Amino acid sequence: MSGVLVVMEQKAGSGWNRMSFEALAASQKLAADLGVACSAAVIGSDVAALAAEFGDKKLETVWTVSHALLAKYTADGWCAALQQLIAEAKPQYVVFPHTYQVRDFAPALATRLKQVLISDVTAIHDGPVFVRQWMQGKLNADYRHAGEGVCLVSVQAGTFRADAVEAGSAAVKEFAPQIDAAQIRTTPGEPFREAAQTVDLTAAPVIVSVGRGIGEQENLSIVEELAAALGAEIAASRPICDNGWLPMERQVGSSGQTVAPKLYLAVGISGAIQHLVGMKGAKTVIAINKDPDAPIFEIADIGVVGDLFEIVPALTKAIKG
Amino acid sequence: MKILVAIKQVPERDAQVRVAADGRSIDEGDAAWTINEPDAYALEEALQLKEREGAGEVVVLCAGPERATSTIREALAKGADRAIHIVTAEEGAESLAARDTLGVAGLLAEAAKAESPDLILTGLQSDDLGAGQTGVVMAELLGVPHATLIMQVERAGAGLKVKRELEDGWFQHVEMPLPALLTIQSGGNRLRYATLMGIKKAKTKETKTSEAGAATTAVAEIVKVYPPERVKRTEMLTGSADEIAAKIVEKLKFEVKVL
Repeated sequence: MSGVLVVMEQKAGSGWNRMSFEALAASQKLAADLGVACSAAVIGSDVAALAAEFGDKKLETVWTVSHALLAKYTADGWCAALQQLIAEAKPQYVVFPHTYQVRDFAPALATRLKQVLISDVTAIHDGPVFVRQWMQGKLNADYRHAGEGVCLVSVQAGTFRADAVEAGSAAVKEFAPQIDAAQIRTTPGEPFREAAQTVDLTAAPVIVSVGRGIGEQENLSIVEELAAALGAEIAASRPICDNGWLPMERQVGSSGQTVAPKLYLAVGISGAIQHLVGMKGAKTVIAINKDPDAPIFEIADIGVVGDLFEIVPALTKAIKG
Repeated sequence: MKILVAIKQVPERDAQVRVAADGRSIDEGDAAWTINEPDAYALEEALQLKEREGAGEVVVLCAGPERATSTIREALAKGADRAIHIVTAEEGAESLAARDTLGVAGLLAEAAKAESPDLILTGLQSDDLGAGQTGVVMAELLGVPHATLIMQVERAGAGLKVKRELEDGWFQHVEMPLPALLTIQSGGNRLRYATLMGIKKAKTKETKTSEAGAATTAVAEIVKVYPPERVKRTEMLTGSADEIAAKIVEKLKFEVKVL
């Protein structure tokens, strides 16, 4: 048992999930640190064209895992195929991008292998030691895989850079898993959107974003006034949209939009990783929060620890001059 | 429909958290505790399903030390019919913290098996450790189909049709037979508060307790826990609200150049 195997993920329509190449970069680095080979797997009903895109990447093998029953993602299909591939390729480490799809099947795959997925990893150190966040980012925890078997790891978005993928060459190998239709217990439908998205936060140069710290829906007005004074779009973290205080399309984070404005002003947002992945591309981040330990301050350029109900109106007034 | 809801008690969101003396866990000494928020959404979904069907039973299942009884009581006050509490040790080899995901899900799956529910719901992840796996591992251990990040649940013939959240604002429907396990995403429903009547009734509801045994060796081993290092040098602004506002405006004009 040796080597690192990365499981790539494509979108339901076409193209790759952008996190796949970050996971590939992570896997190449892990393999180099361990002095072992790195391989990749592509799963679907017809993946030859996708696999060909890896011809110029530094990989030992690109496995094309194909079966008619893998045309659409199902946890049962993916678990069956990957369990068989792992038995064939015998990797020591299997690396996934920490996508919603991976969250859906990788814990089950790990259980079948009598292992535990080390999920949502934000760094890999020598050992290897895998770093995960606890308490919504207030603490880090270092994990190590104990025992003999294969170690499964998923890496968080933005942890590794997709442009760090090393070039080289790769040999394509076909792998045909045995899957029976009766093994697949769920019937997936086509992906859909609720309604045409009318707010495009991705193009906004200035965003004022509001989180749980605002407390009540009535208090939103002070943030709306600040956004108006700045000529900014208003956005929110998930709990605000969950409560229906702002529409879902104004949500920034892993389940909402990914933004990269010139200025991101975070008001009462603690900075759970699901939010940070959606906004850490911002050029300047200003954070106002009452909790000095809030993880948002780890990525903020400018921080204010204090009462947003005093600071936000004062700021609006100062901007209006 | 008999619905089992697996809930976890976690430190309150605003709680100050410190690393325990062993360097590998959270100091529980001064934490305040509450229900894991995604699990509260799972409980709400279960209660609404039962109300819509006009029949059935909602059973909450919780593994944790004695302190978890307050969270269980709250779930009963909100409308769960009865509870199962797998009591773990406060600390040491028989505590919840000594178990990895497979260990915890094993405890829950064993208790769930004895109940043979039609549906098991739980939150998509915990607010403390955030592994996001317990539900899926339970499903695998029980040999039932599952789906994650679920926003809506409805009956479809003998099975279910659920709305699953995908990334970037996309969704899909998934159909599956029962029994099944779903992990619930927040925002699909609105959380209710316990009523006075509910709190009163909760006192008469049954909580079955059992002792958790010793933990098996963890596959995912925690080496150490520590506060994260700041990646960026954050410039912290201090002063009165007006002074801070003036400083920010200065920066917006001359550094960020958005004014």
